[in-house]
Amino acid sequence: MMEYKLTDIASVIRSKNSGPYELTFDVIFKDFEMYERVKAANIFNPAMFAPLYGIPESDIISLVYFDPAKAVKITIIRPIPSGALGETDVYGAQQHAPLMGVKFEL
Amino acid sequence: MEELRILSPTAILGYGFPMESFEEGMKRRPHVIAVDAGSTDPGPYYLGAGKSFTDRNSVKRDLEIMIPAAIEAGIPVIVGTAGGCGGRPHVEFAVEIVKEIAREKELSFKLAVIQSEFDREFVKENIRAGNISPLFPAKEIGESEVEESVRIVAQMGEEPFIEALDNGADVILAGRSYDPSVFAALAIREGFDKGLAIHLGKILECAAIAALPGSGSDCMFGYLHQEDFVLEPLSPLRKCTVLSVAAHTLYEKSNPYILPGPGGSINLHSAQFEQIDDNKVRVSGSRFVPTDNYFVKLEGVRRTGYRTISCAGVKDPVMMSKIDDIVKSVKARVENNFENYGIKDFFLDFKIYGRNGVMAMFPDITQSTGDELLIIIEAVADTQEQADTICGFARSTMLHFGYEGRIATAGNLAFPFSPSDCKMGEVYEFNVYHLMKVEDPKKLFPIEYLQL
Repeated sequence: MMEYKLTDIASVIRSKNSGPYELTFDVIFKDFEMYERVKAANIFNPAMFAPLYGIPESDIISLVYFDPAKAVKITIIRPIPSGALGETDVYGAQQHAPLMGVKFEL
Repeated sequence: MEELRILSPTAILGYGFPMESFEEGMKRRPHVIAVDAGSTDPGPYYLGAGKSFTDRNSVKRDLEIMIPAAIEAGIPVIVGTAGGCGGRPHVEFAVEIVKEIAREKELSFKLAVIQSEFDREFVKENIRAGNISPLFPAKEIGESEVEESVRIVAQMGEEPFIEALDNGADVILAGRSYDPSVFAALAIREGFDKGLAIHLGKILECAAIAALPGSGSDCMFGYLHQEDFVLEPLSPLRKCTVLSVAAHTLYEKSNPYILPGPGGSINLHSAQFEQIDDNKVRVSGSRFVPTDNYFVKLEGVRRTGYRTISCAGVKDPVMMSKIDDIVKSVKARVENNFENYGIKDFFLDFKIYGRNGVMAMFPDITQSTGDELLIIIEAVADTQEQADTICGFARSTMLHFGYEGRIATAGNLAFPFSPSDCKMGEVYEFNVYHLMKVEDPKKLFPIEYLQL
């Protein structure tokens, strides 16, 4: 077993609106070998993701491993629709930071 | 026809493109130049206010290159989601620019203008008929929500574009459009596979964003065949790689395998991405799966009020350590002060950068504090005057607030500007994001032809 930091093995970690009512997160891995290991170990799953954002698992709309891009994609209900009162990130493009602190053992 | 070639100059009309890339594109003898001009990304304001989020000069610059080149080559120019949101004033913004270009460049051509804004009464009829359902996670709406909407548009598929092409349009300016439609319309009209055509459109709508390095202001070229399509960036600085194209398939989508649109979805479970040379990628296997009924997506916004903001910095460590209590006390003071005066219905928020500014929408995540704060005081009320009152009073209260343990008694806030407060105008929010079942995908999007 070894500890890995997500920032060491991913080349892209990003967030963005997917329409005004959803936020979507992409993690694209640097190489297929590590992607396959992460996928086989199911490191990304709703029980792991929800606490990162302090949201209930039921707010996760989908969590999909996408082989062609060696990526995992998580889409959640946006806490508020884009631009509604209380908004701090209309495009949703700076909500990825908690993912940058992810560490796990493989 | 064995190959249909499509030039996508830029990710959003007005974002620009290098002339060298555009000329490379024209050398490849495209059959159509298409561009998507809109997005919901900039938020609800632009749809509500009837304004373009792209600048008029920037839009004119792009069209002024595209239209003369297309006319000389004898090919159509297709623009979707004109003016950024596709409402009537947005389409009008683009029509005026195109007329100006025709006049200034002494060009003569047939312009098709396709509208996509729906009357509220029509949407209410469809609610009564049970044709409207929310697009999860939006909520159910009733007639009262529709009545509150200031503008509702629907995303058209490729069908109205095909009709305009059949009628000989040289330039098509359309209201709200499903992004890939403008790229896929000519291809579907010529009998190419709809799944491939729309998947290609999905990638071309972002122009060179799918290349490496990515750019929203550079051109991308698509070659569509019967069994596959090929993507080629037009700047020698960029390459399409299997990864850049596959990764783009994730971008701004909920699920990368199923991409829903008007009339059906594209299914990418069997899609294959292959590198065919240094900078080109071939894609095959994308399938279009029609839905039983034809649905279009509605987007609508309502006005929530008027906004005034004030920005101020804080460096005092004592103040910073007590900021939550201070905010609570200031809010209470503001409410109390105007309760009997009659200003009761307002939204007052403090965005605290340096602590949880950017991610305040997730209140339960752990935050760390920097060594200074930027506070944005925001007031939204029924009138601009009331928003000014609430924001100004919150600002002066916070400036002189005597919190416990206070050492710096001259003032709590560092203002970067005089005046300190700024009127932000009308505030809108999305309130319609629904699917509507339609009988005919063309009838709802009327086309007008103008001979320029």
